Amino acid sequence: MIRFLLKGILRDKQRSLLPVIIVIIGVFLTVAMFCWLNGVLNDSIELNARFNAGHVKIMTAAYAKNVDQLPNDLALTGVDTLLIKLKKEFPEMVWGERIHFGGLIDAPDNRGETRAQGPAMGFGIDLLSGDRSEIERFNLEKSLRRGRLPIHHGEILMSDEFSRKLKVNPGDTVTLIGSTMNGSMTMYNYTVSGTIVFGTGPMDQGSVIADLEDVRNALDMNNAAGEIVGYLADNYYDEKKIAEVVIRFNSLYPASKDEYAPVLITLRQQNSLGQMIDQIKGLGAFAVFIFVLSMSLVLWNAGLLGGLRRYPEFGLRLAIGEDYSHIYFTMIYESILIGIIGSIIGISLGLLGSLYMQHHGLDLSSMMKNATILMPAVFHTRITPTAFFIGFIPGLFSTVIGTALSGIGIYKRKTAQLFKELEA
Amino acid sequence: MRKLVIPFFLMCISLNAQNPSAKEIIEKVDRNMSADSRVFTSRMVIHNPRNTRTVESKSWSIGEKKSYTEYLSPPREQGTKMLKLEDQLWIFSPSTDRIIQISGHMLRQSVMGSDLSYEDMMEDPHLLNHYTGKVDGEEKISDRICWVITLTANTPDVAYQTQKVWVDKVRFIPLKKELYAKSGVLLKKIELSDIVQLQGRWYPKKILFKDVLKEGDGTEFQMMDIEFNVKIPEYIFSKASLKK
Repeated sequence: MIRFLLKGILRDKQRSLLPVIIVIIGVFLTVAMFCWLNGVLNDSIELNARFNAGHVKIMTAAYAKNVDQLPNDLALTGVDTLLIKLKKEFPEMVWGERIHFGGLIDAPDNRGETRAQGPAMGFGIDLLSGDRSEIERFNLEKSLRRGRLPIHHGEILMSDEFSRKLKVNPGDTVTLIGSTMNGSMTMYNYTVSGTIVFGTGPMDQGSVIADLEDVRNALDMNNAAGEIVGYLADNYYDEKKIAEVVIRFNSLYPASKDEYAPVLITLRQQNSLGQMIDQIKGLGAFAVFIFVLSMSLVLWNAGLLGGLRRYPEFGLRLAIGEDYSHIYFTMIYESILIGIIGSIIGISLGLLGSLYMQHHGLDLSSMMKNATILMPAVFHTRITPTAFFIGFIPGLFSTVIGTALSGIGIYKRKTAQLFKELEA
Repeated sequence: MRKLVIPFFLMCISLNAQNPSAKEIIEKVDRNMSADSRVFTSRMVIHNPRNTRTVESKSWSIGEKKSYTEYLSPPREQGTKMLKLEDQLWIFSPSTDRIIQISGHMLRQSVMGSDLSYEDMMEDPHLLNHYTGKVDGEEKISDRICWVITLTANTPDVAYQTQKVWVDKVRFIPLKKELYAKSGVLLKKIELSDIVQLQGRWYPKKILFKDVLKEGDGTEFQMMDIEFNVKIPEYIFSKASLKK
């Protein structure tokens, strides 16, 4: 029966081509849209995770309360011991120490007097130990515009826009004026090794990146770090896995009154990211729902039209003695086959397109120039397991429902009038 | 009637003689606390919430406008020098071989993470030049009877709009101060102790500063060695001396 119907669909192009094309287009758009929204959400989360929030972040309780002020006087101390314990207890996570600091970058003239000065947001990350995790996380190699990455102590990367504003070039010396962990004013000389473009407005306006040990020396933070960021080893934020990490961490470090005790904050709990994730997810789900619904209506309609277009054929089949139900169910089976063929082709095309965009992305940096929130400039799609079957909702179910509804009309046909219809 | 009026009048004069005016008290305080020039070595013991640090320095100052400080220890700060002329401050950091100028509001920032601001540390203001006083009464502090005086700024460029000062009635030295912002918010509490006689004046060898807006147990400012009204070469107060 199925083979018979399939042959009919393949041989009678007039009957199948248009419905299949409509299903393919509808399913392709549904899958592409779904992957795009997933990608935008994921890019936003990952950008915040890579630069700032981690999948989890460990800080002192006091630091966590005032995290917006970058209070390095409240930083974690004895970090080496803490890291050993974290690596042992959470082997599924990758940990990195960071110092996030603010200060002034002062560019001297040839007499050593201030020539230009600007406020900077700084990151102290591991650049020189040989572990390349942070270099990759900050995407430094691809972000490099001029010069090179630091390879010696005392070297610093500046955001390209900031370096041009201060008229500083690779090889020049700049002085960081900041505050030590003890609150003293500190001055520390760095040589600019290169300039980078982060691709996000706020960070491109005035950021510097130096090796963690150099920042520790500058800020008098021996064996201390403002934050220890943790990432799931596969680099994808998975709320269920993170929830397990939180439970285990809290059993290792139960809540205490010590304001310098380490506390673990998840990505969701930082900078209203949880709210943002929920909002984007909600909006994304709503958009996908609306899109799937509209595509379903289109395909349902296509199914209806297909059914109506074949009214004379059904009349003839009834006239030669075919049963109502047999015709009805062959129509349904046909629509199932059309739905499956269209959905498989549509999903495949959608996934291929999404796969391309997942790797290459869409550069919207020209639209992000004046952005003041941390948003990616290049958006990628993201293929998730759901993307493999979401296309079947409009592609298969809607087509079948449309056909089933239009097919009801078959039962209303009166055999006695069939020849009159044919004559007409 | 005349018999009654004359003794009453004399009694009033006598009482007035026993109760000096706020201006007279401040004058006497200035005579003890301020000088035309000073050279001193001091130690700051900074009690932060997480640790205690000690910073030693040597300072030279002339009047209210010129001051120069060199840090002697700890090693991280050794060789750092600060020059303050009027309302501008230059800081030399030996590790960077750079001189950075700060001014304005930055002068009210903490020195070395202590409870003292650059102005607190480097200025030696004559109270009478900047404040008008009012005697509020008497109080006892550590068995010493003190005048309680409220000082209100009469010049716009002072760090503290109002000061409440407890002045030892005998030695005319402040034993306690409360410093308020223009908004009326208490900014700092200061306790002066180890009062000794030095070169013909009373002077506190230990001053505890507590910035009430900051955590920690305050900063002890210990005067290790001080000389008043000494001749200081003018070149000290030049930017060139910072890099020497």
